[in-house]
Amino acid sequence: MSIDKLVVTIIGVMGIGFVYWFFLGKKEKEVKASGSVDITVDGGYTPNIITVPRGKTTIINFTRKDENDCLSEVVLGDFKIKRDLPLGEKVTVEINPQKTGEYTYSCGMNMYRGKIIVK
Amino acid sequence: MEKKLINRTYSVKGMHCASCVRLIEKALEKVDGVFSAQVSLVTERATVAFDPQKTTDEQIFSAVSNIGYGIKQETEMEADKDKDKEEKSRELRRLLRDVIVSLVFAGLIVWGSFPVLVDTAPLFLKDFYFQLVMATIVQFWPGLQFYKGTIPALRHRTANMDTLIAIGTTAAYSFSVVATLFPQFLERAGFEVMPYFDVSTVVIGLILLGRYFEARAKAGTSEAIKKLIGLQAKTARVLKSGKEMDVPIGQVVAGDIVRVRPGEKIPTDGIIEDGESSIDESMVTGESLPIDKTKGDVVIGATLNKTGTFTFKASKVGQETMLAQIIKLVADAQASKAPIQKLVDSVSSYFVPVVIMLSILTFVVWYNFGPSPTFLFAMLNAIAVLIIACPCAMGLATPTAIMVGTGKGAENGILIKDAESLETALKINTVIFDKTGTLTRGKPEVTDVVGIKAKGDKGYVLKMAASLEKGSEHSLAEAIVKKAEEEGLVLSGVEGFKAIAGFGVVGEIGGVRVVLGNIKLMQREKIKIEKEEEMGLVKIEREGKTVMMLGVGGELTGLIAVADQIKDSAKEGVAALQKMGIEVVMITGDNERTAEAIAGQVGIKRVLAEVLPDGKEAEVRKIQAERKVVAMVGDGINDAPALAAADIGIAMGTGTDVAIEAASITLVNKDLRSVARAIELSRKTMRTIRMNLIWAFGYNVILIPVAMGALYPFAKILLSPIFASAAMAMSSVSVVSNSLLLKRVGLGK
Repeated sequence: MSIDKLVVTIIGVMGIGFVYWFFLGKKEKEVKASGSVDITVDGGYTPNIITVPRGKTTIINFTRKDENDCLSEVVLGDFKIKRDLPLGEKVTVEINPQKTGEYTYSCGMNMYRGKIIVK
Repeated sequence: MEKKLINRTYSVKGMHCASCVRLIEKALEKVDGVFSAQVSLVTERATVAFDPQKTTDEQIFSAVSNIGYGIKQETEMEADKDKDKEEKSRELRRLLRDVIVSLVFAGLIVWGSFPVLVDTAPLFLKDFYFQLVMATIVQFWPGLQFYKGTIPALRHRTANMDTLIAIGTTAAYSFSVVATLFPQFLERAGFEVMPYFDVSTVVIGLILLGRYFEARAKAGTSEAIKKLIGLQAKTARVLKSGKEMDVPIGQVVAGDIVRVRPGEKIPTDGIIEDGESSIDESMVTGESLPIDKTKGDVVIGATLNKTGTFTFKASKVGQETMLAQIIKLVADAQASKAPIQKLVDSVSSYFVPVVIMLSILTFVVWYNFGPSPTFLFAMLNAIAVLIIACPCAMGLATPTAIMVGTGKGAENGILIKDAESLETALKINTVIFDKTGTLTRGKPEVTDVVGIKAKGDKGYVLKMAASLEKGSEHSLAEAIVKKAEEEGLVLSGVEGFKAIAGFGVVGEIGGVRVVLGNIKLMQREKIKIEKEEEMGLVKIEREGKTVMMLGVGGELTGLIAVADQIKDSAKEGVAALQKMGIEVVMITGDNERTAEAIAGQVGIKRVLAEVLPDGKEAEVRKIQAERKVVAMVGDGINDAPALAAADIGIAMGTGTDVAIEAASITLVNKDLRSVARAIELSRKTMRTIRMNLIWAFGYNVILIPVAMGALYPFAKILLSPIFASAAMAMSSVSVVSNSLLLKRVGLGK
């Protein structure tokens, strides 16, 4: 194997490892919502994972700061909520989960996702 | 005290310039209690935040009309609709501009670089520096959105569709820039010097074109709900203190008397006070034939008055109207997640990173083992992998079909609660109909009164029965009392009235115990029934009539038969289900003979008779235990537990209340064929979802390996990045278009 091929192979393998670590190896932190929580929509949802109490109403405020069209809609399918998120405007949704468990929410095309953990 | 401000939007007419805007804002802000006012010239709208305890709409109206502008209230729905529409059309225009810019430049670059074509191109197009300028414009103007989508996502360590396009086009673009500006570098490294500006620009152009078509098609998926919102009447002709005046719909309150003339839309839900007419309710209930209505009948807002003039008393306004409830139900359903979606969720969270890894792998493999020029093959194939991958199609497969399917349902008076119901409805193989009010009209009439021997004549039997039933709310009781009233009988007072569910009613009239009910009640009361009488009874019951026995002072005195007319659509509705291979069952409190007779008339073979009201739920569970997937059809009020117990509860024709908690599907009209249509709709929608998913997954599973070069060793087939972008653009458009095909489905035809 010539030297350039060896270099390409090593860089390639490292690249694959990096992509795996970068996208799939991240640890996400949970944010506990008490009463209400603000989620910033900018290249994803921050905070991404929220924990909410069961049987209580939690208010979630979404504010979109990202121009990406995909994020212009947020879908909380398990709660039957779908909202348009106009750029820079605060959009409030209310959930009152009756069952514990993990629920996901996402953008309209399901490219960006967040998690709601009901405890 | 804390001030409670409300925000309200009004539409304003007569503005010409920005100074008008300021003028109106000032005028509004001067009104006591108004906190802020924002006026838009473009949308012709004023948004006012005010304290409702200090200010009324009227004060706001007069403030604006005093300075010479027109103002009227705007319902929330309309405002949302317009705002939505504006933003969407602005986005579409921007997208179209990007498509045109990128495709025009891409076209010129292709002309100046593509073999054969290049011979006809003017000299300047062949100039690499000129191509560099055009490609740079495309990369960072229309193509900027890919970077905008990528960079914030990378900050969160996530990747998306934009990431793939951004990496792919940047690779092609960067290589080409180096090839143009520093060809000696590449020459020294042994590469063929050849810019690939055509790749970066055509890919951007085609992907954007795909997005444009997709956005247009997606707008079509939410059409149904827009149509429903558009049905709302704008004004109502209200009668107030002897005067008639047109008022904006937002100002009508429950209790107002409203006049509707022929050809007009009925503005809100209510009950006819005076007059009669034929009303076309198809837009709300899907019922195709106009319905004749008269005093006391319920009218539905947004339906069309055809022939007569009438007045009605508004009973529900604003968000409580049937139309508003339908809109909410459909919107909720469209936002819900189908269980099948879970599969997509788990795949798509890994999808983009995996594609990037595959792309790197492709580069390494082609560089090490590919034919010469290895670098170019490796680069172009790695880019093709990034470009061809289409996570969008997977994301769109389920929601777009659900949008169109639920919308189609709403047009036909079929309201589906959520995507899960749609998925379950597909599996239904048994439908249980409640008899009274569902298969029948729910308006029973007395058909036979039989006096027994010397104990009593017909008049006496009817009089005693009616006296006893006066206090009951049962629909059969109503029929008996009505009959007695028609005959002009004077009713006696009852003491100790008691209704025994599943048996009948008992009480005392003039100190004598009087009982009215079924044979079980007679047995319970130890009243002897002679054979002969039973024979008479059998005959009546075989006609499908419900027979009640009257016992006075411990002796059987008479029989009263009540019949409920079967709905016109019953036979056809049952047959349609049976044709779909679904077993149809009837459930009723009637005795065996009556039940069999009714079932026979509509073609139902399996009958569950003599079921007490609270026993229906248990019967549903029994059938479920036979490993059947059961739909229960009822009115949603008396049989809510049974509806909730069934796999799918279908509530039918329940007046203006459509949000029935226990029901998975609500049928707005009373047409029994709608049950089969609802199941058919769910089958077709789920079929579309499956087709979409197969297409979306299949596309990626097949074409990603092809782009990697899987076919090259056998057939020398490779995908150029340009072809990959065309395929990718087509892929998501075809998924959305396939969902839109659901609109054309003819239900029950």
